[in-house]
Amino acid sequence: MAGERQNRIRNFCIIAHIDHGKSTLADRILEKTGVLTEREMEEQVLDNMDIERERGITIKAQAVRLVYKAGDGNEYIFNLIDTPGHVDFNYEVSKSLAACEGAVLVVDATQGIEAQTLANVYLAIEQNLEILPVINKIDLPSARPDYVKKEIEDVIGLDAQDAPLISAKNGINIESVLEQIVSKLPPPSGDEEAPLKALIFDSFYDSYKGVIVYIRVKEGRVRVGDRILMMNTKKEFDVTEVGYFKPGGLIPGNELLAGEVGYIAAAIKNVKYTRVGDTITLADNPASEALPGYKKVNPMVFCGIYPADGAKYQDLRDALEKLQLNDASLVFEPESSVALGFGFRCGFLGLLHMEVIQERLEREYDLDLVTTAPSVIYYITKTSGEVVRVDNPVNMPPTTEILKTEEPIVKVSIMTPAEFIGNIMELAQDRRGVFKDMSYIDESRVMLTYEIPLNEIIYDFFDALKSRTRGYASLDYELIGYKESDLVKLDILLNSELVDALSIIVHKDKAYAKGRRIAEKLKEAIPRQQFEIPIQACIGQKIIARETVKAYRKDVLAKCYGGDITRKKKLLEKQKEGKKRMRQVGSVEVPQEAFMSVLKLDT
Amino acid sequence: MKEGFFVSHEIGLYVHIPFCKAKCYYCDFNSYPGLDSLIPEYINALKTEIEIYAGKLKDKKISTIYIGGGTPSILDGASIDSLLKVIFRNFSVCKDAEITIESNPGTLDSSKLHAYHSAGINRLSIGLQSWQDRLLKSIGRIHTANDFIVNFNEARNAGFMNINIDLMFGLPGQTMEDWMSTLQNVISLKPEHISCYSLKVEEGTPMDKLIQEDESLAIPEELDRMMYHHVVRELKKSGYRHYEISNFALSGFESRHNMIYWNACEYLGVGAGSHSYILGERFGNEESPSEYINKINLKGSASYSEGIIDTMESIKEYMILGLRLIDGISPEHFEKRYGINIYELYGEKIEELKSRGLLKTEDNRICLTETGLDLANQVFVEFI
Repeated sequence: MAGERQNRIRNFCIIAHIDHGKSTLADRILEKTGVLTEREMEEQVLDNMDIERERGITIKAQAVRLVYKAGDGNEYIFNLIDTPGHVDFNYEVSKSLAACEGAVLVVDATQGIEAQTLANVYLAIEQNLEILPVINKIDLPSARPDYVKKEIEDVIGLDAQDAPLISAKNGINIESVLEQIVSKLPPPSGDEEAPLKALIFDSFYDSYKGVIVYIRVKEGRVRVGDRILMMNTKKEFDVTEVGYFKPGGLIPGNELLAGEVGYIAAAIKNVKYTRVGDTITLADNPASEALPGYKKVNPMVFCGIYPADGAKYQDLRDALEKLQLNDASLVFEPESSVALGFGFRCGFLGLLHMEVIQERLEREYDLDLVTTAPSVIYYITKTSGEVVRVDNPVNMPPTTEILKTEEPIVKVSIMTPAEFIGNIMELAQDRRGVFKDMSYIDESRVMLTYEIPLNEIIYDFFDALKSRTRGYASLDYELIGYKESDLVKLDILLNSELVDALSIIVHKDKAYAKGRRIAEKLKEAIPRQQFEIPIQACIGQKIIARETVKAYRKDVLAKCYGGDITRKKKLLEKQKEGKKRMRQVGSVEVPQEAFMSVLKLDT
Repeated sequence: MKEGFFVSHEIGLYVHIPFCKAKCYYCDFNSYPGLDSLIPEYINALKTEIEIYAGKLKDKKISTIYIGGGTPSILDGASIDSLLKVIFRNFSVCKDAEITIESNPGTLDSSKLHAYHSAGINRLSIGLQSWQDRLLKSIGRIHTANDFIVNFNEARNAGFMNINIDLMFGLPGQTMEDWMSTLQNVISLKPEHISCYSLKVEEGTPMDKLIQEDESLAIPEELDRMMYHHVVRELKKSGYRHYEISNFALSGFESRHNMIYWNACEYLGVGAGSHSYILGERFGNEESPSEYINKINLKGSASYSEGIIDTMESIKEYMILGLRLIDGISPEHFEKRYGINIYELYGEKIEELKSRGLLKTEDNRICLTETGLDLANQVFVEFI
């Protein structure tokens, strides 16, 4: 029985590099399987958030259940799981992949394989997924399908001879993709009578139903009324609803069986109880062991987020709490800064994650934010033998108490056309990179591997890479561990007063250049004031750079007569608005932009 | 608190003449060269507007009249005479009213000046700007220093015993020596009033373009302030009273019309682009002369409201205008006008500005310090 039912199911995801057409292909599949008419469809249905759609990236996993009537006359259930496509979310990706038996690999016929494609393919191979290559954008004049096929065979070792040549945008050859999903991807297996084992691959918070947990049932079955147990967090809940996904919504059902993809709701208040990768089983008939590979993901990048208007502190807290309901990897705790007042130290999986959260806070919650330079986690061994974990430069112990400093190192893989190798090597060296490997993918493309301190890539590495390779290089990175390193805290003094929010931790060899650059940037960003303002960069007591914002000598409107009053009043109001956007740091007024300007030192 | 506006019986009347011979490079006023053919119609529209307002403001008395521009002295004596006659006929005008006309050398001559004086003008304001012909040329003036001297003497001969001279400093290419000699020459003529304006480069003017193309033309703030401090010192020495940020006068010759603005009192403006503050409301007129003429002729009004000035707004204006005066603000007068103690409202701000060295209290008045004069906007924003 299970065999026949499961034979008609295909659980798969689509993996691709940004812009290679993943979401567009997903849209076409939705169209062809008849769940949506073209008119009902908003472009790229699976990417839900504005930010996802704008950036062409997927942040949250999405799933949809489709029915496809195949050429063999049978109806098949397709569970299409859209995975995040960014290195920041590698763990989530791997769990989405683990919910599938197969993956459709989309490669752009004009671009070929990219670093991210490879990274995701390797993740899929690790999960033992059957991979179905598809070559997209074949209608473009610069398409080189045969070349790309060969590349897929040479680089990944997949047989790409039968790969469908498609144009997702123009709906060319989509049927052959659907047919190959049926013929080439394996159906799920799993004993539906065994104790329940369901993999959580995502979840989101719904204010009516509580957390909606995205699951793939590996073994057994789950239905309304079951008491379930989260095997890693040990939390128990009563299932209130189970069902399937339709585009943009849920369809409640009776039960989910081994091999199926769907959701459960169990009046769960917070996504922290429904961690991605955890296994759900039944409390009264538990599985003997959880599915492998669960880990709690830890943030790698930290920054301070402050409301521009101090009165909005509570609003910021509320917004962060709401975002956290849907994003267990976002962490935050209150902190205060002399310069910025009350705010939060927030931890993110990576830079993209940080940018997305900041953007959502500003857009969806209409908050005006000041953020501090991102930091990583450093381990500092003190002379007393105590090891401190530092994610905020302010907490760096004084130099005299430091025995040893360690910083996180990432393995960075960069795929690039060969002509840019020199530029990239220069960049990597400038970022304290240690060369590890260089391999030719084909005659013209190269994969470079470096070990680089994470703190060198969290600012603007990606932008720098793009600008040095005219946008051609692609990047992937993973944390490989900690290394001892000569780190110092670089402080900024304005008018001889320390501005805590501007402190950063840097490698000693780079401190001078960075100090000079920050001082220069601040000089541009801080408007002249009534008194001269010295800007000093220092390490401990030692001043390594100095700039001066000259005092203004004149700020007066020479004329103000009857016809001028309204206009002059407006000018003064504007001037006052500008003042409002300033932070009083000691005796100096610092515009919010100044705090951000130190983030962009390369530009 | 008392009512927001200060209803005065006496008001100032401003008459705008939006015509000139040539636009100076720094000018962003509502003024148009080459529109002389509109002048007769424009004068008629002015007269109509004056008549209409006079009907509405029967209980107001006019204590000052100021004909400004543009270059009002582009008008002949007969036009000015007929215009003033309409004002005298329709409004009640104080016997000792101060009646000013703005003028520029290059548009004046002896007979015109005599005609103005006979028509009732008793105060003449002459735009000299600078004594150096090269500087005059570089800012687009159409006259020389010599033209000015001739006109000044003609004005005295015509009977003008209250003359203002407008000067500018901080001009591109102007040296401290230029400025010092300009002042010396002007002082030797003994005008009753001198206005000295620091050049403000207004967006979109030819001067703005010039400076954008060559930033070295903009004179440094330090020099601008040296020039300002110099004029404050020199004119005091010569017996002039520094009574407003940019204005100096022999005792008793302070501009009564302009004092109305700085005391936040009422005034009526007529003509294209003029502004009024009457009965607690600010309003402005259509700027384009031809549109102004059309609207007056069709609807009897060319005005649009710039908002009701409630008590709080009035207080703000009182502060930012009153502090322009060197004597500053009298807390006593403030309380009389608004029914609230100024320190109750602004005590903290006043203290803070005092500690920053921008404000001081002297003879029970609150006024700008020497530094405050250079940084007046820093003070004003605190009261906006």
